[in-house]
Amino acid sequence: MSTSTPGGADQGPLDPALRAEALEQLLLERGLIDSATVETFIRTYETVIGPMNGAQVIARAWTDPRYRTWLLADATAAIADLGFSGPQGEHMVVVENTDEVHHVVVCTLCSCYPWPVLGLPPSWYKDPAYRARVVREPRKVLREFGVELPADVAVQVHDSSAEVRYLVLPQRPAGTEDLDAGQLAALVTRDAMVGVALVQHP
Amino acid sequence: MHTHHDLGGQLGHGHVPPVDPAEPPFAEPWEGTVFALALLASRVSGANLHAFRHAIERVPEPEYFAGYYRRWLAGAEVLLLDSGVLAPGAIEARARALAGQDVAEPATPELHKPDMPSGGPGNLRTVDRPSRFTVGQRVRVRDDEPTTHTRRPAYVRGRTGIVVATPGAEVLPDSAAHFRGEDPQHLYTVHFASTDLWGAGAEVFVLGIELFETYLEDAS
Repeated sequence: MSTSTPGGADQGPLDPALRAEALEQLLLERGLIDSATVETFIRTYETVIGPMNGAQVIARAWTDPRYRTWLLADATAAIADLGFSGPQGEHMVVVENTDEVHHVVVCTLCSCYPWPVLGLPPSWYKDPAYRARVVREPRKVLREFGVELPADVAVQVHDSSAEVRYLVLPQRPAGTEDLDAGQLAALVTRDAMVGVALVQHP
Repeated sequence: MHTHHDLGGQLGHGHVPPVDPAEPPFAEPWEGTVFALALLASRVSGANLHAFRHAIERVPEPEYFAGYYRRWLAGAEVLLLDSGVLAPGAIEARARALAGQDVAEPATPELHKPDMPSGGPGNLRTVDRPSRFTVGQRVRVRDDEPTTHTRRPAYVRGRTGIVVATPGAEVLPDSAAHFRGEDPQHLYTVHFASTDLWGAGAEVFVLGIELFETYLEDAS
């Protein structure tokens, strides 16, 4: 075999960074993509779209009972009202954690995630262990995240198999009565909005 | 059909990795590049979201489990090969050239992009025919072996649950992934008791999942 055979066994595996660069070059040369669009996609998900958006939704729901009612009835519209919409957020459902029920979200078949409100998924959400186990032993998995639920709290696991995307409305922590929406949003974490953490008041 | 992506309920994957609350969207710059390129590759291949998921599912197991953006990159390559935008080995050859190796690049192939009309943006659709199932009805998930891409996970196949909501209608992935048309279907949120999925000794909880009408049969 000559060295011109792509992927010859005599050549070590390639760094994915090199493969990514190669793909980008090939598509650029053919005029199929442009660098500005690539850059815009990356920057958008690094700076504009992320869990800070979802945190605003949650803080609003905690401070505005009419908004909370709307959010639970028609999440897509209520979330769009705060300016958050787009790919992977076209069909939103919000589920509310209470003293009676705790919700947790997964995608067992890939890693579907509500991008407009949470950004791109974190490592643990994409990990085979999380995808495999949370639909089988959610309390045990939650314990590994440090969440110990009282035995009388029911657990509901949502597998995002179709295009419905779930956002968890966590419980508002005690002692936050004097905080405004901006201060509350700062307490809301990504993991709490997926259901693997509780919101804490320091 | 490839099934290594169908992970629900599988044992042997170990513990959930530690959480880093400050984890950036992309651990390394190439991951951001792959994220953008994969979305654009789907576009230039004439593919759709479902075809992209199906492409990722066809990524060989070791590469699939090598990491999220590794499988996205390999999935994008599958779409670009399928549509004739790139030749087999084109990325590999260019990457080796970038690494300083003397490599001949394959010729550009002929385009054969799929041609599937889309009924609109996103995946929500309106379906005129009435829903077959109603809230409160018991339904069973069809248990036949899938022959296409599907969003009918193995762990609910053959299991019985209750319809709790009818969230609307969406493009059927089983059809769209293969460019056979959108075939939009009513969608049902179905709740399963954990003991009906995993047996009497299971942790007690409820599993909710959206299933397309064609996945279900009446069990009332």
